[in-house]
Amino acid sequence: MQGYTERIQEAARRLLADKRVDVVIGFRKGTVPFMNEPFLAKNLDQVRQLHWDGNCGINLANYLPKRTDRIGIVAKGCDSRNIVVHLLEYQIKREQLYILGAPCRGMIDRRRILASLDGRDPSSAEEKDGVIKVVGSDFEVTLDRQEYLQENCSICIHRNPVIFDELLAEPVPEQQDVDRYPDVRQVEAMSPEQRWVYFDDLIKTCIRCYACRNACPLCFCPTCFVEESRPQWVGKSIDPTDVRTFHFLRAYHVAGRCTDCGACERACPVGIKMRQFTKKLEKDIKELYGYEAGVISDQRPPLDTYRPDDPQQFIK
Amino acid sequence: MSQWEPKIVAFLCSWSSYPGADYAGLTRLAYPPNIRIIKVPCAGRINPKFILSALRRGADGVWISACHPGDCHYLEGNLYARRKFALMKSLLEHTGIEPGRVHFSWISATEGHKFADVAKEVVSSAKALGPAKHMIKKEAEVA
Repeated sequence: MQGYTERIQEAARRLLADKRVDVVIGFRKGTVPFMNEPFLAKNLDQVRQLHWDGNCGINLANYLPKRTDRIGIVAKGCDSRNIVVHLLEYQIKREQLYILGAPCRGMIDRRRILASLDGRDPSSAEEKDGVIKVVGSDFEVTLDRQEYLQENCSICIHRNPVIFDELLAEPVPEQQDVDRYPDVRQVEAMSPEQRWVYFDDLIKTCIRCYACRNACPLCFCPTCFVEESRPQWVGKSIDPTDVRTFHFLRAYHVAGRCTDCGACERACPVGIKMRQFTKKLEKDIKELYGYEAGVISDQRPPLDTYRPDDPQQFIK
Repeated sequence: MSQWEPKIVAFLCSWSSYPGADYAGLTRLAYPPNIRIIKVPCAGRINPKFILSALRRGADGVWISACHPGDCHYLEGNLYARRKFALMKSLLEHTGIEPGRVHFSWISATEGHKFADVAKEVVSSAKALGPAKHMIKKEAEVA
């Protein structure tokens, strides 16, 4: 991903100077290592803050709904799929967008890196040629980048943007023969009671902060189901049933729309693996309806359509 | 526990399965009285939240019944619903709800026999599983 920063800045400068867009949505370097923040460059002075490296895991498609201006946006494979979902759901118009496609080699999982440092504090990190060099006040380690990818990135099969106006680099090779669902199959093989316990363990630390929801590009309802009060479908407490209901409905709500971008897990302050819920739905939808979210821009989402011969063995 | 009888919440579509229940009654067919019927305009009206809501309030089983594909009064409500329910049932079971708790059926207004048969099946599978223990929201106890 070397050279992306310069390409993004060059494109942003050109788009803003030509008045082709009003804003360019990208990233700027965060104040601590492994934490870049989303950044909206609105004038030429701000363009030099735009930055790109392996810590740009946040899904920028989240910043599109309800915007009325013209937008340049940097999009990885998953971001571009979420842009397609937004287009299908009429959250943004194609002509508002100028998409800078960023072929992606996966984003870094900062938690695993920090865990590997045994409590030592990194002061800076640098990526080069497939390795990450982490530097602290009294240490320096070199890590293999491939080993420290976010889990969803290591099983990603859409690294190149599916929709773009220009590409920032040559497409990267897509990963072949990836088994996306070993963990789902493992849970499927359990008994109902074991599965219940498995998911109880998974979500028991949830504090109901809704960071997963807020980071999710698909969550744009005017009133979220967790905030509905008449009727109140989900209690606002951390009672186990309420937490379960929340995670269940959140996952169900993104069925057929989730692109497995990993924004939810990345945002979670207590490290809940909530992709275990969404991945099951993703697998079902692929098996039952042959649909992958955000890949084809002229096909309705699976729950917005039907076929007369849809599977119905479960119906008496 | 020998006194325990399952509580079943049944969401019936007002054009087929609800008249189907009527017809079962008219033909004097016996079916278990454990079923609490909620009449809905169409299978498409049933939000998956309804199913969760029933389970949260302690239902031992949930039964959803609507028109056969092609017979929907609104032409395609049950076809959209079929996809919703397939995923709903699968995710419920994946996260640990027993397969015998949530049932779906197509029952037309003249299928009184089928209504009685499915009702028996729904109740007996809930009976076999025993009282629901998951997903129930415990309300604060007031002295």
